[in-house]
Amino acid sequence: MQKGAKLYLLLFFYTLKLSAFTFGGGFVIVSLMRKAFVDRLHWISEEEMLDFAAISQTAPGAMAVNASILVGFRLAGFTGALLAIAATILPPLIIIILVSYGYDAFAGNIAVQSILRGMQAGVAAVLMDVTVSLVLPFLQEKRALPIILMTLSFAAVTFFACNVVYVILVCALLGMGLTLWRTRRKDGRAV
Amino acid sequence: MIYLQLLWSFVQIGLFSFGGGYSSIPLIQEQIVETNHWLTMNEFADIVTISQMTPGPVAINAATFVGVRVAGPLGSIVATIGCILPSCIIVSILGVVYLKLQRLSMVQGVLQTIRPAVVGLIASAALSLLLLSLIHTGAFLGLKSVDWLAAAIFLICFILLRALRWNPVLMILIAGAAGFFCYGLPQLL
Repeated sequence: MQKGAKLYLLLFFYTLKLSAFTFGGGFVIVSLMRKAFVDRLHWISEEEMLDFAAISQTAPGAMAVNASILVGFRLAGFTGALLAIAATILPPLIIIILVSYGYDAFAGNIAVQSILRGMQAGVAAVLMDVTVSLVLPFLQEKRALPIILMTLSFAAVTFFACNVVYVILVCALLGMGLTLWRTRRKDGRAV
Repeated sequence: MIYLQLLWSFVQIGLFSFGGGYSSIPLIQEQIVETNHWLTMNEFADIVTISQMTPGPVAINAATFVGVRVAGPLGSIVATIGCILPSCIIVSILGVVYLKLQRLSMVQGVLQTIRPAVVGLIASAALSLLLLSLIHTGAFLGLKSVDWLAAAIFLICFILLRALRWNPVLMILIAGAAGFFCYGLPQLL
């Protein structure tokens, strides 16, 4: 992993680039971050990236900003977090300031609309690719509990429109209960 | 002072928007349209449309748009800072706690049950994005409502990403260009 000024620069420009392409909500930037920081640069582990996704989804505020804070902080402390925040908010800030002065010309433009329609299909492909990469290890591991939890949370949000925060909180409580139960059982055996 | 009002209003939005994405829209609407009368309902609907068309979180886009309208570019910066301030503080604390306690067996246990659930959530987000791009009419009315061109772009991108490990940002740009040539050009000519 890089150190010093080079790390700051890489962190800033990677995040800037990802933020400029975050169409369609928080999980898109998490997927892009996973591709860049886990797959490509190997700076963050797969597990950590999923933990960051859970924390940034549960905390208040925009998920993209929260995820950038965590990634920046993990890689380069508070300076890293500040750099990542700046890189995340700059693209929307600049684009919206420009668009707000020419909204009608922008929204009604056929070229803009057709490009966005194509990009939407491309973003869907990126998210689907990341989903497959994340699901496969759990299926190959063949442990029942993770597969059941994965399926249940997918179904809860997709078919029953459950609030994402509740899904994470319920799983956290379940994890707490299971850990307590396991440690109790282990202690019982030791005695 | 307008800047302080903007700041305070968006601090509240940033602090109380849980669950991300479109769940924060009612809260933003209440602050901007009903409480402060900074925008009309029509202008607010425009922001939601713009947010769907431009990158970035809805709350940040709304903050920038309202800020510009109410107090110029400086206003947009103040509103955006207000919007992210609560996250910055809360998430930094959570980040420090996470990195310190990550190895505790209790924290490990909790994270192990949360991770597969997060994968399920990402899968759900992927599916809804895919459906959104394939079915523009909003409702599925048989095979006729499927946009087969978008399906083709999706499939080609997906294969290039999985099999050849293409760069995702480059992929999104190429998909945009494909959209322009398939949808836009025939209409413009």
